[in-house]
Amino acid sequence: MTAIALTHEETATSILPGRGGFFGRLSDMFWRRPKLLLFLMLTPPLLWLGIIYIGSLLALLLQSFFSIDDFSGLVNYEFTLATYAQLLSPTNFDIIVRTVLMAALVTLASAVVAFPIAYYAARYARGKWKALFYLGVMLPLWSSYLVKIYAWKLILAKEGILTWFFAKLHLVWLLDGVLSLPVIGGNSLSVSYIGTFLVFVYVWLPYMILPTQAALERVQGNLIEASSDLGATPGQTFRTVLFPLALPGIVAGSIFTFSLTLGDYIIPQIIGSSRLFIGQAVYAQQGTAGNVPLAAAFSVVPIVIMAVYLWLAKKQGAFDAL
Amino acid sequence: MTPAVRFQKVSRHFGAVRAVDGVDLEIAPGEFFAMLGPSGSGKTTCLRLIAGFEQPTAGHIEIFGETAEGVPPYRRNVNTVFQDYALFPHLNILDNVAYGLMVKGVGKTERAKAAEQALELVKLPGYGARKPGQLSGGQRQRVALARALVNKPRVLLLDEPLGALDLKLREQMQEELKSLQRALGITFVFVTHDQGEALSMADRVAVFNDGGIVQEGTPQDIYNRPKTRFVADFVGSSNVIAPDLMTALGGEKRWASLRPEAIRITGDGVESRVENASFLGAATRLTVAARGTRLHVMLPAGATVPEVGADVRLSWQPVDVHYMDDAA
Repeated sequence: MTAIALTHEETATSILPGRGGFFGRLSDMFWRRPKLLLFLMLTPPLLWLGIIYIGSLLALLLQSFFSIDDFSGLVNYEFTLATYAQLLSPTNFDIIVRTVLMAALVTLASAVVAFPIAYYAARYARGKWKALFYLGVMLPLWSSYLVKIYAWKLILAKEGILTWFFAKLHLVWLLDGVLSLPVIGGNSLSVSYIGTFLVFVYVWLPYMILPTQAALERVQGNLIEASSDLGATPGQTFRTVLFPLALPGIVAGSIFTFSLTLGDYIIPQIIGSSRLFIGQAVYAQQGTAGNVPLAAAFSVVPIVIMAVYLWLAKKQGAFDAL
Repeated sequence: MTPAVRFQKVSRHFGAVRAVDGVDLEIAPGEFFAMLGPSGSGKTTCLRLIAGFEQPTAGHIEIFGETAEGVPPYRRNVNTVFQDYALFPHLNILDNVAYGLMVKGVGKTERAKAAEQALELVKLPGYGARKPGQLSGGQRQRVALARALVNKPRVLLLDEPLGALDLKLREQMQEELKSLQRALGITFVFVTHDQGEALSMADRVAVFNDGGIVQEGTPQDIYNRPKTRFVADFVGSSNVIAPDLMTALGGEKRWASLRPEAIRITGDGVESRVENASFLGAATRLTVAARGTRLHVMLPAGATVPEVGADVRLSWQPVDVHYMDDAA
């Protein structure tokens, strides 16, 4: 046996000397006081979030309790709920209902479209296919949002590629039928609610796919086998095992799609009927109309809706599997 | 009698990999059957073929006389206890155990009652409200067992179910599984790479290697009369002696196995030198070098243990030498 090289020398010390120098002493200090390191790491982001983000949000909230003088157009700095009462006027309330309905439908459609893609990526894609999945999902995010929306405007236009495609398939009657539907229809897809909806779903889809895929990734494959082994049909396995376990991811994704749709003011302006969404109302009120209190009150609506939504989701047990 | 499980020339290939290759197998009803083998030997794939998670590439599988290939897992009256239990993390213990009954449409009160009974059977009464994450490994193992048994399966499949437990718990569960199987009379098919576990629990053992069964028989058969070198090596503890050495030791020129407890230290016999001695409680195991090979010798408690480095002479009865096929 020649294990001599690994036996220790009698002269060796048990405690190694300090590294010395500024960084050596710094490492020792952080080792002794781990909380100091944590404090130093968290302070800058917390200051950023606390002052710039939460602070401006609170300033906004404060604004919403002021009102505007109808004659002078100046802000009246007295506490009032009158601005909130204005939200309930038929025109403004229509805007809210329209936006919430659109956000809900976009979220639902995104979840339905995203699930199979996320499921494939989590369960089957390996190696190169997984890389291709991430690339495919993220690629649209690399190009400008405005470019994509204008591209869609051309796709959906009356002379656009979609109409051409329907014509080639002799399905123009179908397109015309859909466009002749009340409310959601219109002159062409690019000036209808259907168009707005399609573009919203397209633009926010990656935000639904990625969290859903992350949640499905954590579902062990043998849970699906166990369910099947215990007599559950694939449909039952989906309802009782797969969906509940993916729900936190779907809810996380829906927070993105729902809140992004609630706040967006560019898509409905470029694609859709000229009827306003909340984001456009905020933009118009704080800009041309100069009614900052009403703009602030409008911006509070999505915040309240999201809070209620998350509370309901939690109550329904959407986060139990976290 | 119709066998509980019958394999006829069953193969399962994954591309070029022959995970299971032409296996013939019959498991009798009510039998405790162990599939023993190293990882990648095909034993788990065989289990998955019975469960229905895999479909055979070729061959025919019957479960109680009924054709099983092409039948999905949820239509087989066979249940599995998974290696890492596979409990549903979002359901509490009672709902986990009642799951099989729930998906078959059994009413709520009835299935809760059955699940509670199953939990009592595995000695976990009153644990129904907890979540899987709140239980220890041994308790989760019992829940997995209850979740399978509540469906009254005709065959229960166990995939290395004791692998993750510590030694003491494992031994306790071995006894409990054995007595449970005797009490319920269900056919148990047990996959393990632990030869001790297979030999101590099973009525019959199949030793797997390279996608096929090398030897099938009672634990005594497998232990005392290994058919090939591979079985002797894998079942372990036996001395495997090469043909050249066998002739030097005065035997036939063939591979042979010789159990350590069959070797005696005597005044005359094969010269050898003690290299190591391990005290095992009920016995002492010596490692001795004899004619260029190492042999294990098991000395019963009370025997005089020679010093390490001492020269000893070994002898054994010719009947204790078991000759084997050369095949690996």
